[in-house]
Amino acid sequence: MTEQEIYADLSSKFGDKVIEFMEEGTLNPTVVVDAGAIAKIVTYLKDEERFQFDSLMNLAGHDADVETEFSVIYHLVSTELKHYITLKVFTSRDEPKVASIAEIHRTADWHEREAFDLYGINFEGHPDLKRILMEDDWEGYPLRKDYVPAEFYRGMRIEKVK
Amino acid sequence: MGALNHKFNENILITSLDKLLNWSRSGSEWYFQFGLACCAIEMMSAAAARHDLERFGAMPRSSPRQADVMIVAGTVTLKMATRVKRLYEQMAEPKYVISMGSCANSGGPYWQHGYHVLKGVDQIVPVDVYIPGCPPRPEALIEGLMHLQKKMREQPVLAKKED
Repeated sequence: MTEQEIYADLSSKFGDKVIEFMEEGTLNPTVVVDAGAIAKIVTYLKDEERFQFDSLMNLAGHDADVETEFSVIYHLVSTELKHYITLKVFTSRDEPKVASIAEIHRTADWHEREAFDLYGINFEGHPDLKRILMEDDWEGYPLRKDYVPAEFYRGMRIEKVK
Repeated sequence: MGALNHKFNENILITSLDKLLNWSRSGSEWYFQFGLACCAIEMMSAAAARHDLERFGAMPRSSPRQADVMIVAGTVTLKMATRVKRLYEQMAEPKYVISMGSCANSGGPYWQHGYHVLKGVDQIVPVDVYIPGCPPRPEALIEGLMHLQKKMREQPVLAKKED
C-alpha cells in the first residue's frame, strides 16, 4: 500500500484529525496528524487488516527552530505487508504534550522517555515517564534550540574555562 | 649495600625494602577494568594477544578493591563522573589514575558543545599519566603504563607521608 493510499484512508476515517500529507521536502512521505489523536490512529493502523502496522521502527522528538513548534515523528512498518508510513505531530513550545503510544507499541516506551528527557515533551498516558539518559536532577532539556547549558552540575564545571 | 654485596655469589640479592616493594608494585600494575568509549576498544586490544599487557604484569581486575591503576578510557559524561569518583574512592592506596585519550584529558571532540561531558577527568580525580590520542594506539597505552612504572619506582611507600 502506498503512503498516498494510507493517507486517503486515514483522512476519510479520522476527518480533521489528519491534517496534511507532506511529500515535498521530506525524506519519507509523511502524514501530519493531531497530537491528541495519535494513539487512536496508531491503534487503528496496527489493528486494521489491510494495514497491519505491527512495528514501530523509530520515534523521535524534533525541534527545528526557536520560533517553531516541537514535533514528534513516528516511523511505522508492517512486517507482514512490507509497507511503511511516517507520522508526524506538532505540539506547542509552551506546553508540549502528545498522547503516549507506549501501551500500543512497547518500543515507544523508552523512545518517548528519550524525547521527554531531551525535549521536555510530555507523553500523556505513558506508564513511567522519567528521564532516561540525563540524571534525574538535571535541569532543562538539552536538545531544545533555546537550551543554555548551566555553568555547573553538582559542583563540576560544564563549560571549559578559556 | 657495600660489604655484603656478592658475598653469597648469585644466590642472594641485597636491596632496600622500598626498592623491593616498588619493583613488585611496578611489575604488577593491575588496572581497573572499565571502559567508557572507543578508547576501551584500544585498551582491550592492548590487553589481548598481540600487545599482551600481561608481559608487564598488568591485568584487568573487575573490582576497585583489587585494582592499583584506574585507566579512564573514554568520554566521561557528567552522569558517569560521579560514579568514576566513587570508584576511585573505593580503590585501596596506593592508587593511580591514567587518563587515556582526548576525551578524558580535556573533553576531546565534546570540548565546545558537550553539554553532558566533563572537560577533563582531572577535575574530579588526580591524574598521574595523560595519554594523548583519539583514541591512542595500544602502544601509547603501554608507554603510559611504563611511565607509571617509572613513577612507582621512584616513590617511597614506607616513608612517612608528609602532610
